[in-house]
Amino acid sequence: MVTGKTIFSKVWDSHLLAERPDGQSLIYVDRHLTHEVTSPLAFEALRKAGRRVRRPDLTFAVMDHNVPTGDRSLPVSDEMSSKQMKALTGNATQFGLTLFDYFSPYQGISHVIGPELGLTIPGITLTCGDSHTSTHGALGALALGIGSSEGEHVFATQSIWIKKPREMAITLRGRLRKGVTSKDVILSVIRRIGTGGAIGNVVEFVGEATSNFSVEERLTITNMAIEGGARTAIISPDEKVYEYIRGSKFAPTGADWGDALEQWRSLPTDPGAVYDSRIDFNISELEPQVSWGTNPAMTVGVTESIPSPSEAPTKEDALSVERALKYMGLAPGTRITDIPLDTVFIGSCTNARLSDLTESARVIKGNHVNKDVRALVVPGSQLVKRRAEELGLDKIFVEAGFEWRNSGCSMCIGMNEDKLSPGERCASTSNRNFENRQGPGGRTHLVSPIMAAAAALHGRFIDTREVELIDPEELAPGGLNA
Amino acid sequence: MPEPLREVIGKACPLEADDVDTDQIFPAQFLKAIERRGMESYLFYGLRHDERGNVHGRFVLDRPEFRGARILVAGKNFGIGSSRENAVWALTDYGIRCIIASSFGDIFYNNASKNGLLCIRLPGQAVRDLRERAATAKLTLTVDLAGQTISDGRTSVAFEAEPHIKERLLKGMDDVTFTLENYEAEIREYERRIPRFVIPRTPRSS
Ligand code: SF4
Repeated sequence: MVTGKTIFSKVWDSHLLAERPDGQSLIYVDRHLTHEVTSPLAFEALRKAGRRVRRPDLTFAVMDHNVPTGDRSLPVSDEMSSKQMKALTGNATQFGLTLFDYFSPYQGISHVIGPELGLTIPGITLTCGDSHTSTHGALGALALGIGSSEGEHVFATQSIWIKKPREMAITLRGRLRKGVTSKDVILSVIRRIGTGGAIGNVVEFVGEATSNFSVEERLTITNMAIEGGARTAIISPDEKVYEYIRGSKFAPTGADWGDALEQWRSLPTDPGAVYDSRIDFNISELEPQVSWGTNPAMTVGVTESIPSPSEAPTKEDALSVERALKYMGLAPGTRITDIPLDTVFIGSCTNARLSDLTESARVIKGNHVNKDVRALVVPGSQLVKRRAEELGLDKIFVEAGFEWRNSGCSMCIGMNEDKLSPGERCASTSNRNFENRQGPGGRTHLVSPIMAAAAALHGRFIDTREVELIDPEELAPGGLNA
Repeated sequence: MPEPLREVIGKACPLEADDVDTDQIFPAQFLKAIERRGMESYLFYGLRHDERGNVHGRFVLDRPEFRGARILVAGKNFGIGSSRENAVWALTDYGIRCIIASSFGDIFYNNASKNGLLCIRLPGQAVRDLRERAATAKLTLTVDLAGQTISDGRTSVAFEAEPHIKERLLKGMDDVTFTLENYEAEIREYERRIPRFVIPRTPRSS
């Protein structure tokens, strides 16, 4: 019987350089993105061994994790951040890499700039020293998050040793209700499968709901697949993806564009392809999701309450719940909508693209941030920021009482000055609610951009299905079709 | 390049928690190093220190009876989350050479194998049993990588090891040299076939 091939196996097979009997495969890497935090030791190792970066033309460096997001004309006050940034500049210069530095108009979070600059294209393999590299899979790339030693290997050999992952298909069916987003979908997927549910797997998102999502909505889904343990995630590309890439800074042009399209159209998973496992989700009944605990699987719907350790299936689970509740300062049975918030962060590689900012702006236009809440918007890239400003979104945010910042990882990871204080409670559009993630002692609730915006206005979570969303046309008269 | 690792003999320390993510193992605030030095002082920083930054001594690795432990017996999903290799460096700098858990985050697992840290997967019940016994602070184990057994002197259990990771750890191998010495031809051949459109071209205007 002839069976169809998945997109994953097509990309895998076309990049396979060698297979060893021990199950390790050598895969060629078409694109390597690197940033200031996980690269210094890899560059150092190259220098020590007297090696060069094999393909500087396929390697791109960007400053994202620890860059300040305030006024870029001021000096960087954090000495260690400044050192890491300088080290990246030095390394990019020495090894001949294209660098998007602090002052570059194309600076941004690696997982935002890859897709928006046309560096990420369908059918390529891509690595980056960052776990959320899975994001790029939304465009049909095989994207792998790697560590520093593996980064050194890619620098030197433009390839990576990897055991072939198993393949899991997650089918998304149905149609979301108004006020519910792809962020809610992925949060509920992780809630269902658990933080380790997809370990060792590449997850392909399939089904009509996946196709109906915009490219940016898909990027949110593949971004967070890693939180379910996936090695990476991928989605078969379609015309929306090609349109997204067309005309971007590094996109193929002229005859190359035609060649690219021809190859890209051969990539989607064939009918009848077989997976190692399958999971089905109907998203039609889904309600907005809010994480309550200290990993992304600890999530409930907005109409639910904080769970109790006594309902946990095992002793270990009960312990985890208990510990999470203690850290989060929450009591079992508390309704999600009764939790008061101190901070709202709209940013990160999960939800800081133009459409995310637009969706938030649809909630906040003409309203004001709750007096007890500090709210900030950190665009995912300087390009997103400029585009948003062209549409006047910055004014909408600033008039509502938000801070409007320059781009970077910012409060997603708290490596620059944007941090939570101990005990501070934040609604965040990012992807990790681990202990201390947004700053020591900080308490994170993961939510969609719409929920974050609504929470900023009300000082607590509310059911976003009931929130009034301003028509995009009214938001930016004449200019918006995000 | 890591030292070869043939066996680990040492005290086992229980870490009774599932989903220990790499943010817990090595908090982001300490990721700013550009050199690799003294990473062990940041290991499990948030769990070991009070608000003023002093070691409070209640974390299991700081309890006198577990000082010098070389084997960590954890729960499930150890090392999930961020790809930061610092998590592995901090553990090895501290002296941990082997972690036993029922599952590991994929990237952590790979990173460990490149740094002489052996990750062993055992079934959940076996991990729980070992953890309970380790809690007495009297459990010393001999982990024999070549023979793939864990022994307490009287009984021994077998574990699975992925062949390439086993070899890499046993030899303390440097992957980069290995690849360049053995696969240069394959890489070069591939590079001859890369379609033009895959190579990013900066537009002329910039
Ligand atoms: S925004 Fe957050 S999750 Fe994304 S790359 Fe930066 S630190 Fe990592």
